[in-house]
Amino acid sequence: MTAATGDKRMTADEAVARLASGMTLGIGGWGSRRKPMALVRALLRSDVTDLTVVSCGGPDVGLLAAAGRVRRLVAPFVTLDSIPLEPHYRAAREHGAFELTELDEAMFLWGLTAAAHRLPFLPVRAGLGSDVMTVNPGLRTVTSPYEDGEELVAVPALTLDAALVHLNRADRLGNAQYLGPDPYLDDLFCEAAREAYVSCERIVETEEFAREGGPQTLLVQRHLVTGVVEAPGGAHFTSCAPDYDRDETFQAAYAKAAAGPEAWREFADRFLSGDEDAYRAAVAGFGGATA
Amino acid sequence: MTAATRAEVCVVACAEAWRGDGEILASPMGTVPTLGARLARLTFSPELLLTDGEALLMADVPPLGERPGAIEGWLPFRRHLALVTGGRRHVMMGASQLDRHGNQNIACVGDWKRPSRQLLGVRGAPANTLNNPTSYWIPRHSPRVLIERVDMVCGVGHDRAAAAGPSATRFHRIVRVVTDLAVLDFESPDRTMRVRSLHPGVTAEALKAATGFPLDVPDGTPPTRPPTAEELRIVREVLDPGGLRDREVRA
Repeated sequence: MTAATGDKRMTADEAVARLASGMTLGIGGWGSRRKPMALVRALLRSDVTDLTVVSCGGPDVGLLAAAGRVRRLVAPFVTLDSIPLEPHYRAAREHGAFELTELDEAMFLWGLTAAAHRLPFLPVRAGLGSDVMTVNPGLRTVTSPYEDGEELVAVPALTLDAALVHLNRADRLGNAQYLGPDPYLDDLFCEAAREAYVSCERIVETEEFAREGGPQTLLVQRHLVTGVVEAPGGAHFTSCAPDYDRDETFQAAYAKAAAGPEAWREFADRFLSGDEDAYRAAVAGFGGATA
Repeated sequence: MTAATRAEVCVVACAEAWRGDGEILASPMGTVPTLGARLARLTFSPELLLTDGEALLMADVPPLGERPGAIEGWLPFRRHLALVTGGRRHVMMGASQLDRHGNQNIACVGDWKRPSRQLLGVRGAPANTLNNPTSYWIPRHSPRVLIERVDMVCGVGHDRAAAAGPSATRFHRIVRVVTDLAVLDFESPDRTMRVRSLHPGVTAEALKAATGFPLDVPDGTPPTRPPTAEELRIVREVLDPGGLRDREVRA
């Protein structure tokens, strides 16, 4: 029997209510893959702003940028994958809408790892000779204390106030399971954060995990998790294998809405003006209209 | 069989970049490099490892857009990044800009602080170039791509690596630049770009005119090796029956 204590279930709005403007927020997933979109949509409904967003960026970054919630972005890229350039992010950058800490992917990975291990930095062979060093004048190198004497980049820890991730299954205690082929960096985001909020396709009894996948699919453990949010379709329109693929038709419409303020207002009014139930209804209507 | 198209010449030129690499991961970006890597594995470099573009290593070599019949390994993004720094990988990246020293830009055009055109971002280019062999694929060789000076150095070229010191040069190696006009490398005394071969039908003058920095094309520069009949059959009938290669390289 599962102990009934430690029930961490909450709504997406309750999770977001625990966040504050000015926070450093890590967002899991990768590009347009398994992004915690229901939590991002809840963020858009809140008045939380002035965020430092740490992300292998996809439409999470695009939406927050379009809504003017980002003060600084820390990222190695922002992409929609099947649409290589994220148009909302692109527009924001070309208007100088926020500050950017542009890191190489390996630097990003080791920065999160350093935070997870409570280290001030980790040395990496990346960045040297590139303009990552120029555009981040605060980056320092470190010299190996051993015979090789190599000089490497000291990637600072990417410590997060909070992490938002979306997985396939979770229990009410905060244990969470991924069933797709790639964990992305979701567990690292949770480990690097003071608080983590996990949304999932379905909340299950702890005993049910074993029927879905082996123990190595249990990616996030409850001691890291503050809140669990049941959000079916919570990664839409990004992919959430094996539960669903990316909604390419919807993503294309989202990308098109970057054409100008009028197009964006229309998109936001139609899809982002209500709660998550309203979003799902609007998406169902959209699918019906284009089928 | 009809003569090889320019796209097919490019596929074989990309495949050649991985010749002799042995049991390492071939990481192609773009349609023509993907065909090249798969062709190399099906012919002269059978030891290569290939991913499905996501987290899986393919046990067989499917046509473009189709799933492999069997999976031989698991390579999610974080293990892929670890594999980069271990060096057992040869990546062929694209380049929005590439200079004569091999500095590559995929991040943005214009001033980084407020770019006139935001592109992908640096992605893994800084780590790739310092850790594993790197080649480049340029589907449209033009003076705006092969440029005097890139706006942001993402992939590190020879001059910048040398200036950054021994930790940067230790595993730095730019193998090949394949474009729709020619094959180039850096095997010159000052490690600047050099023409290795011209694709059939491309003149020295046309290549120079399409390059944004002075490029010496010596007399006797050989033509790029044409595909064999067997290579053409594999590309046309097995790997790319839908002709996706022609969308990336103009005829």
